[in-house]
Amino acid sequence: MTEPKVRKAGPTEEQLIYADLLNKGMLVGLLGLLVTFVIYVFGILAPVIPKKDMPVYWTHSVHDYLHHTGLQAGWNWITQLGKGDMLNFAPIAFLGAVTIFCFLRIIPILFRKKDTLYGFLAIIEVLVLTVAASGILGVGGH
Amino acid sequence: MPMLRRSGSTIAAKAGMLFGLFCSSPVMAAAEEVAASGSQTPWWVWPLVLLVLCFVLGIFAVLAGVGGGVLFVPIVSGFFPFHLDFVRGAGLFVALTGALAAGPGLLKKGLADLRLALPVALIASTCAILGALLGLALPTYIIQIALGAAILMIVGIMLKAKKSAFPEVKAPDALSQSLGIMGVYYEESLGREVDWKVHRTPLGLCLFVAIGIMAGMFGLGAGWANVPVLNLVMGAPIKISVATSKFLLSITDTSAAWIYLNQGCVLAMMVVPSVVGIMFGSLVGVKILAKTKPAMVRWIVIIILGIAGIRALLKGFGI
Repeated sequence: MTEPKVRKAGPTEEQLIYADLLNKGMLVGLLGLLVTFVIYVFGILAPVIPKKDMPVYWTHSVHDYLHHTGLQAGWNWITQLGKGDMLNFAPIAFLGAVTIFCFLRIIPILFRKKDTLYGFLAIIEVLVLTVAASGILGVGGH
Repeated sequence: MPMLRRSGSTIAAKAGMLFGLFCSSPVMAAAEEVAASGSQTPWWVWPLVLLVLCFVLGIFAVLAGVGGGVLFVPIVSGFFPFHLDFVRGAGLFVALTGALAAGPGLLKKGLADLRLALPVALIASTCAILGALLGLALPTYIIQIALGAAILMIVGIMLKAKKSAFPEVKAPDALSQSLGIMGVYYEESLGREVDWKVHRTPLGLCLFVAIGIMAGMFGLGAGWANVPVLNLVMGAPIKISVATSKFLLSITDTSAAWIYLNQGCVLAMMVVPSVVGIMFGSLVGVKILAKTKPAMVRWIVIIILGIAGIRALLKGFGI
């Protein structure tokens, strides 16, 4: 039996759970962002790219930036979390993943409520976001 | 109260004019040249300027009823020395973070609707990936020209687009009925619940293809386009449209943001000051919203965006 077409006022169960997880994820991500940035700017952990060199690099294209610094794109930063600049990517990536977590959380609820179509839409959305996050899609630099 | 309104509007007007003069001044142009030449600009100068700018943008975004992303990319790419690749990466995270912050409250109030958002978001987020890949593959000058044109189109939309508080939807179309896209929300201004439904869903979904591509290609938040499509094309009430649009950004921008992140286009030195500035500015904007005239602030934003759009075009043509 599918969800009734007539809706009552107010958010649905899955909407409330989504909102709650979204809020918590956002707060954790933002806090992480602030902490890691402080570590970076105050030099608590040495960065891969010296801070004083950044004004030179950020005026160039990303292709030139990666070429001149020797950095690799993708998830390579995860092997360099001991570096002040790379550590910032942890909360940045987390903020990018919060939406995925929220959809994963509500998928079982949608199927439990026999809202099969939206359950599958949510699964496809998770797949789309996961493919984007995976780093398998890429282009050559310009 | 009228005196407070006038003083608040006066402050906003003066701030806007100062901001416009600052951005178009020779000072900014000279600073850009200095930074581009790789001279000894201390590394902390531009992130600090970015923090202050984004704080101001956050205020203006709330007062003008626009997202932070649509202001961030045009203005930062037009007047700062950062390459467009990094500006777009930061812009997406600015828009994403704003949506992550606003989304929960809007969902809990039932103003943002998950059933309306999900089919739309699926199309927009997929196309945002395509837009991001395309945007990173094309030469910078082409993106700069296209960005300038897009910004001027956004200015046109802001000038011309009307809003319909409660669009007349005689009957939902078959697609929205099968998806169950309809709802009820409590409208405070009327003191009662309002039923809503949508129509022209296939057309709306097609438009979100273009919206997603543009959002990904330019690193803009897509609220400037989401709201007119949801409201004027599909017929959702304006409050549902605005709230769902804000929530939508958290999904659309996530997909594009990952592409930029994985391509190396995200610099913490830019993203963090931008995100922090916009968020605190938004908080201040909400507090002073009641004391300002939104129409005047909207005009200031339109003018600034117009200047930024023309500047992007000139940069793209090498002028």
